[in-house]
Amino acid sequence: MYDYNDFDDAFVRERVAQFAEQVERRIDGSLTEDEFRPFRLMNGLYLQLHAYMLRVAIPYGTLNSAKIRQLAYIADTWDKGYGHFTTRQNIQYNWPILRDVPKMLDALADVGMHAIQTSGNTIRNVTADHFAGAAADEIADPRPVAELIRQWSTDHPEFQFLPRKFKIAITGAPNDRAVTKAHDIGLRMVRNAQGEAGYEVIVGGGLGRTPLVGKVIRDFLPQVDLLPYLEAIVATYNLMGRRDNKYKARIKITVLENGIEAFRDAVEAEFSLRRAAFTGVDQALLAEIKSAFTEPDYVTKDTLAFEVAKKDPVFRSWVDTNVAKHKHAGYGIVSISLKAHGETPGDATSAQMRLIADLAEKYGHDDIRISHEQNVILPHVALADLPALHAALQTQRLATANIGLISDIIACPGMDYCALATARAIPVAQAIALRFDELKLEHDVGPLKIKISGCINACGHHHVGHIGILGLDRAGVENYQVTIGGDGTETTVIGERAGPGFAYDEIVPAIERLVLAYLTFREDPQETFLQSYRRLGIEPFKAALYPAGEHADAA
Amino acid sequence: MKGRYTPKVITGNALLEGDVVYFTADDRWSRHHAEAELIEDEAIADVRMLTASKDKNEIVGIYLADAKAGPNGPEPVHFREVFRTRGPSNYVHGKQADV
Repeated sequence: MYDYNDFDDAFVRERVAQFAEQVERRIDGSLTEDEFRPFRLMNGLYLQLHAYMLRVAIPYGTLNSAKIRQLAYIADTWDKGYGHFTTRQNIQYNWPILRDVPKMLDALADVGMHAIQTSGNTIRNVTADHFAGAAADEIADPRPVAELIRQWSTDHPEFQFLPRKFKIAITGAPNDRAVTKAHDIGLRMVRNAQGEAGYEVIVGGGLGRTPLVGKVIRDFLPQVDLLPYLEAIVATYNLMGRRDNKYKARIKITVLENGIEAFRDAVEAEFSLRRAAFTGVDQALLAEIKSAFTEPDYVTKDTLAFEVAKKDPVFRSWVDTNVAKHKHAGYGIVSISLKAHGETPGDATSAQMRLIADLAEKYGHDDIRISHEQNVILPHVALADLPALHAALQTQRLATANIGLISDIIACPGMDYCALATARAIPVAQAIALRFDELKLEHDVGPLKIKISGCINACGHHHVGHIGILGLDRAGVENYQVTIGGDGTETTVIGERAGPGFAYDEIVPAIERLVLAYLTFREDPQETFLQSYRRLGIEPFKAALYPAGEHADAA
Repeated sequence: MKGRYTPKVITGNALLEGDVVYFTADDRWSRHHAEAELIEDEAIADVRMLTASKDKNEIVGIYLADAKAGPNGPEPVHFREVFRTRGPSNYVHGKQADV
């Protein structure tokens, strides 16, 4: 875990002090809303449907017990006792009042956290593989580089007024758990023919109203060139990107309109200039950061009790779905589901956060991650400790065995909170999870990712859901479009739209028809929903969604 | 010939806590939709928006929202405005918690 040095601390404190003054000047009327809005957005403060919302960055999704306890304290002191974890590894507080926000930011600074650049046309929170440093398939832990990117991008004077927001994701593993191909820049660690580790650099991916899979701009970038190359990409975009039309301002449009070849040429020309200006200070800094990300002191424990505990079907089921393979023998990566059936995806109460903090200290080498799939990860847990961990998680309804299953749904806040939303997302997710729990089919259905967005901006990643649901406003009524076959991994595919949308009270039965049909289509129980779709194409799924004569009210 | 004007209320969010508020016929801001002034004429709406804007240091994001007359006062028309009168659907938070 990287700890703020004096420079980081002084910088964040100064920003908090500035914002405290800006809030006071807004309240006393010396700043108009038009003047104040850019200041509050620079500090992660939005005005939503019912209240303000403070979005706090969790850099590369990494927390420890002190940080998550402070997030719980903030939730209890200045919000309603819970927080919402998002698809960009942020936490959002839905009910702060304006006057309290500087106090919340001060409390964050106490544990080395901030809300800077969680909004606005800047480089946003850098996201990473939530299994970083633990995954068995990893080339290297991407977090030191992610921290370097955080420091480089925070308050970078050239990149405070980009044409549009800018999102970077990084993974150190070939299996992409960070959706790198749907980011403005995606970085995947790879090895070249000589066996050296470097980055595949992907540019111009993104979801939203124009969903595009990112394109490879460099198939192998040496590690030492990373920052000058990133700077060359963002600088090129800063000049070439469109500022005349908000909907054409993201880098994906810049790449599309100019072609990847012309864009690459411009980046390479810029890179040759920028690289000369980097004197190696970035590498010295990286070496310092790396020393903060040490391997856990693994302990060897007798796993007999773990083997015995697996005779309990509830524990066994949880291990099968929620514990992933760790690189170190005798350890596992534990996903704590924030998707108990009927609960709001990604929400955690302060009591849950405190329990997670205690368990991370006791069993998890004090390491905690937030996944883009809105769950919490304890990346390093000895298998021998799993029975005790599982029992403790049950006390706060955190032991749901559903990771990667139909009720492990991503949902954006939707029109329950968000001022941009066109329909609700949360209650649809709740209803689908409850329905399949009632049918007792969840484990039989197997791996299936449902992702729900409450508007075209696609915070819920619906385009890359095996089943995607997009909530829209059709003539003053909520209407839900279904896409099928999306994939957010290293084989990223944008899902295919199935047809006309469904009304609010029709969408859950429609998903049920779709999934029940898959159970009849699959060749054997090992064939997943996505594999069935890839084998059969969309037609049989459409037939299940739109049985003849039952959907005349096409929207 | 213009179509019939859809009646409106003036709404926004309170600066300090962000809560949804409505402009009343006696130039106050109420937390309750039913206390809003129902404006049935476009020219009057323009004037009332100007009047409401005097409070833009206390109220943020002032706009006109479609509404209709109801037995207890104006009622929202669009579902977004219905949600704004009560709060989110996943918890009893916001205005619905106060009733």
